[in-house]
Amino acid sequence: MELNNQPQPDVYSEKDLDRTEGQGIDFVKQQHQVQVEDPDSWQNEEGQQNFMLASADALINWARASSVWPVNAGLACCAFEMISTASSRFDISRFGMEIFRPSPRQADLLIVNGTLTWKMAPQLKRIYDQMAEPKYVIAMGSCAISGGLFRNSYAVVPGVNKIIPVDVYIPGCPPRPEALLYGIQMLHKKIKKQKNFAKRKAA
Amino acid sequence: MTVELLATEIVSKLEAALPGSTVESSGYTVVIKDEFVLKAANFLKNTAGLDLNYLNYLTATDYTTYFELVYDLVSLEHNHKMILKTRLTNREKPEVASVVSIWKGADFQEREIYDLFGISFTGHPNLKRIFLWEGFQGYPLRKDFKQ
Repeated sequence: MELNNQPQPDVYSEKDLDRTEGQGIDFVKQQHQVQVEDPDSWQNEEGQQNFMLASADALINWARASSVWPVNAGLACCAFEMISTASSRFDISRFGMEIFRPSPRQADLLIVNGTLTWKMAPQLKRIYDQMAEPKYVIAMGSCAISGGLFRNSYAVVPGVNKIIPVDVYIPGCPPRPEALLYGIQMLHKKIKKQKNFAKRKAA
Repeated sequence: MTVELLATEIVSKLEAALPGSTVESSGYTVVIKDEFVLKAANFLKNTAGLDLNYLNYLTATDYTTYFELVYDLVSLEHNHKMILKTRLTNREKPEVASVVSIWKGADFQEREIYDLFGISFTGHPNLKRIFLWEGFQGYPLRKDFKQ
């Protein structure tokens, strides 16, 4: 019995409405006498699971590159470009890294943006040391790369690579958010090239 | 608009109260001898009609042969202002009286000058470095500073 094929009276009386409702309930009752099957029940059968074959490196690197959580280290004006990158217009969450962590212990990537002074250097080193392995560093902007405009100052570290190792350098003063996004893509490529089980030759 | 006081009038008032204290003047700037700084500051703040009760800023300049300290003074009562300057010729051990007892706002600025120029302010309640770290060699804002 199809409800929609019923001839529709021009004016519904109260009795008509009640009858239509009763027919609908009867229809549902007829159709649903048997228990609905669990859609996942087939997974219990032997041999029905999916398999995926990949090298361990590819799998690990894919997982690492797909969700790099950055830690805030906004030292100067470049930080605003980073904030802009994280916001809706440029949207860093497309790379699975929208969660800026306030704590280095939960982060994989340190984005150093801005002028690093010698007075701030011990704190930055501490943030880097507190991060869990594997950890990556992006130096964003001329000041973080080389000291930039303030290179000759008595107070400024000429490049954060004097303090911590840097993976990707993003030039600009300040770099636009697109540049930061490109730098992040470069970092992803770098992560995907990692050899996780190879032994490093002794120097 | 804040009225600029006439330097000649201030010089005559200062000379009347502290004879021999002024060196030169122009516009609304008065240069005084360094040993009169505290007395002149006290006079400028507490004299009726002047009432320069607010220190806009305090800074220093290195002219290689001498240091010049600049006090920008404003009266919030009368809405007038003037510049007070003094010169320190002793390059090895420049010293001047602190004006923190008169204008509280001078506290951090005197520490800044102490840190970056090496000028010490006698009578300052807490004269220590404010920007650079303990052990930093030299005074970066001096003209002869080399890294």
